[in-house]
Amino acid sequence: MLTLAATETQRARPGPWTLGVTALALVLALPVLVVLGFLLVPAGEVWDHLAATVLQDYVVNSLWLMLGVTVGTLIGGVGTAWLISMCRFPGRGLFEWALLLPMAMPAYIIAYTYTGLLDFAGPVQSALRGWFGWGFGDYWFPEVRSLPGAVVMLSLVLYPYVYLLARAAFLGQSLCVLDVSRTLGNGPWRTFFTVALPLARPAIVAGLSLALMETLADYGTVQYFGVATFTTGIFRTWYGLGNTAAAAQLAALLLGFVFLLILLERLSRRQARYHQTSQRHQAIRRHPLTGWRGLAALGFCLLPLTFGFLVPAGQLAAWALEVAGATLDEAFWRLVGHSLGLAATAAVLALLLALILGYGQRLQPTRAVRTAVRVAGLGYAVPGTVIAVGVIIPFGWLDNRVDAWMRATFDLSTGLLLSGTLAALLFAYLVRFLAVALQTVESGLGKIRPAMDESARALGLSPGAVLGRVHLPMLRGSLFTALLLVFVDVLKELPATLILRPFNFNTLAVRVYELAADERLADAAPAALAIVLAGLAPVILLSRSITRSRHAQPN
Amino acid sequence: MRDPANCPEGARLAPENESLGNDFHANQPSPGPRVASGQLVISGVSVAYGGVPIVSGVDLSLVRGDIGCLLGPSGCGKTTLLRAVAGFEPVASGEIHLHGRQVAGPGLNLPPEARRAGMVFQDFALFPHLTVARNVSFGLRHLNRRERQTRVAELLELIGMAGAGDKYPHQLSGGQQQRIALARAMAPRPDILLLDEPFSSMDAELREQLAREVREVLKREGSTAILVTHDQHEAFAMADRIAVMSGGRIHQVGSGFDLYHEPADRFVADFIGQGVMLPGRAVDEWRMDTEIGLLTGCRTHGLYPGARGEILLRPDDILHDDASPLQAEVVNRAFRGAEYLYSLRLASGQVILCLVQSHHNHAIGERIGIRVAVDHLVAFADQTPS
Repeated sequence: MLTLAATETQRARPGPWTLGVTALALVLALPVLVVLGFLLVPAGEVWDHLAATVLQDYVVNSLWLMLGVTVGTLIGGVGTAWLISMCRFPGRGLFEWALLLPMAMPAYIIAYTYTGLLDFAGPVQSALRGWFGWGFGDYWFPEVRSLPGAVVMLSLVLYPYVYLLARAAFLGQSLCVLDVSRTLGNGPWRTFFTVALPLARPAIVAGLSLALMETLADYGTVQYFGVATFTTGIFRTWYGLGNTAAAAQLAALLLGFVFLLILLERLSRRQARYHQTSQRHQAIRRHPLTGWRGLAALGFCLLPLTFGFLVPAGQLAAWALEVAGATLDEAFWRLVGHSLGLAATAAVLALLLALILGYGQRLQPTRAVRTAVRVAGLGYAVPGTVIAVGVIIPFGWLDNRVDAWMRATFDLSTGLLLSGTLAALLFAYLVRFLAVALQTVESGLGKIRPAMDESARALGLSPGAVLGRVHLPMLRGSLFTALLLVFVDVLKELPATLILRPFNFNTLAVRVYELAADERLADAAPAALAIVLAGLAPVILLSRSITRSRHAQPN
Repeated sequence: MRDPANCPEGARLAPENESLGNDFHANQPSPGPRVASGQLVISGVSVAYGGVPIVSGVDLSLVRGDIGCLLGPSGCGKTTLLRAVAGFEPVASGEIHLHGRQVAGPGLNLPPEARRAGMVFQDFALFPHLTVARNVSFGLRHLNRRERQTRVAELLELIGMAGAGDKYPHQLSGGQQQRIALARAMAPRPDILLLDEPFSSMDAELREQLAREVREVLKREGSTAILVTHDQHEAFAMADRIAVMSGGRIHQVGSGFDLYHEPADRFVADFIGQGVMLPGRAVDEWRMDTEIGLLTGCRTHGLYPGARGEILLRPDDILHDDASPLQAEVVNRAFRGAEYLYSLRLASGQVILCLVQSHHNHAIGERIGIRVAVDHLVAFADQTPS
């Protein structure tokens, strides 16, 4: 009887990993849970006011934005991916990785840059006036700061998501499948539309849903362009109207959109498994494009690269040189220090958590652990604004409770222990960017097959030695990548930093935002350029892996 | 010692199977009159990648309803030749005619979609986003809905998969996917079916059975087909005529029986089946003198009397006979179920192979009696003439 009872308690008690990982996941899910919890709280007048006035604008603008970005990223991403993977034309090898460069450009920075370039006082309009002798009001010029403008800006920097996944899908397609279509009487164009495109569809949709998540999360661009969306609405309701509940409810609505996108992405990825047709890569014999066709392909690839990276980066560099003497002062370097310190701390913490979650899943792959890990990784889809709201509400509540208790008991005010400090900011970064580290660590761990652990153990290594002599050497690359990706993402993050930073604590991204808000676009250039340069690091990593996969193909 | 006149009937006349009167000739300088009516005529075709010749000067022809096979080790150019017929590789020289129509030649390279050549690929290449029925009807755009449905039903019936039309490829087993790929290629009734190693992703035990099944399906539809494979058993099970390729050219064309028993050169002798080369000297045009006695075949061996050469000895040419005065030492043995394949060392140290029913269980080191029964005396002159 005794033994039976013992085994039953053992069975009922979840292992330490399960408990730890589940607790961790719950803490990380807190902001989202808080925001969703506010759906149950009546917000009263302010909400009625929002619903009657601006809510419709938020929804309609967000939908237009998503539709526009869908069209833009599909044309740019799928078109370039097809040309790069199936055709041969001048510059193809260069474009293969260079098309990723716009990824280094945060949407708000490209928006500020093009505003500086294209507004009335900017070099383009000034030049036009100079050439044609026009004056103010003599001519029509498209307004950059508009909804279509925001669509173009976002498309220019988000198409690489679609490009990356579509390219991988096209390369993963068995050439035989395309050949079969030819032998069954279909020409190259028909084959593209009836076979290649439907096969790549899940990958394309997955890439598109990532781009749309970024679109929904964007705050800097739409705020600057005066396009009222959920993110700007949350800020307005929070700061302007001072209504926490209504802001949280807007955030919850935004989350609804995001969850639809997550669902879309997950379904697409599941479907993509069946659409992977090739067991081994064959040498692709790319269709040569000569004469005007080659030039057209070159032009098509040059377009997003030029306007998504070369022009804005060039303009930023020009401005930065112009103002370098005045802006590269002690204050600037302090900003750099803040940004780097914050990003590095967040990266290390994210890596540690990712390792705990990743190993927890590997050691105890129970359903509870796997679910917990998935929940912990959901933050990547949640806009920074939403996370900030979800962090500040419970932290502020906790601070007030502690403060009240301390005052009542010891007559001592503790003030804001968490919500006004870097702790809140770091926590928000972890919630948002843990998934990036987690994904990288998981894929690294996935490459270490259990048979390797077992053979190391069979060769006489202790579990600790297996970790040190087998896992760490194999994981080194993945760990570095995870660190780098989180580091750069934190550096670029704007809205969460804006809401959660301690008073008078500035980072590069926040400084760029503030200067742009004051229309001091040129002064913002050094900080913006620093962010773009940091953003190049993950792009270089990605392009290196692309080049490597190309060399791995038997050619 | 046997008189050539007493050779067994089957040995002298290689079985022609169903393919009596077929015409699958290789390296024939002037095509015979029947070739004009050939379903596939390849004449003097060379294919090169970036200046490196992959296929050089191949001649082949195939009449309607025949199943041919390109057999050879990997890298011999067989798949390239097949892809040239399909239209995926341009020919550097020579001509390809399909059903009396020139499809490739100098300055002519009809695109694959205009050739009416169906193709079955190594990994089947089913369209994963389409159901089985829509896969099969993919090439039937020229038909109306009803005709398409009829043709699809007919083909699914033919391959024994009626009722599977609504399934998706990933729900099928490998063998089923393979049959669907075949049905899809056959659906538009192509002038020729090209099968590129269609069984290579199958279990070894399944391959021969599938090859026979596919052969039956092709014969019932009256299709003309070419199979590419490196597996001789597949080739034997499926093809009427087999062309052995290596180094981009065709060495010999014939039935499996011909290739095994009367290989035209050392490459074919080595590539098809097992065997060893035993040195010997021609006594006259019929007989060779060797370590294991005077050997006589049913046909002349082609060496000048007195010339030194080597004789191909297949494992089934050596019989185990306890009463025989000729003895050899067992140096190795491989158990094959019904038989043992013994490696036997002769007095000179030369090792020969011998296939023996497995109830004759001899230990390594034992000396056993053997007898020679060579019907087809295949001899090659020494490579380095002395």
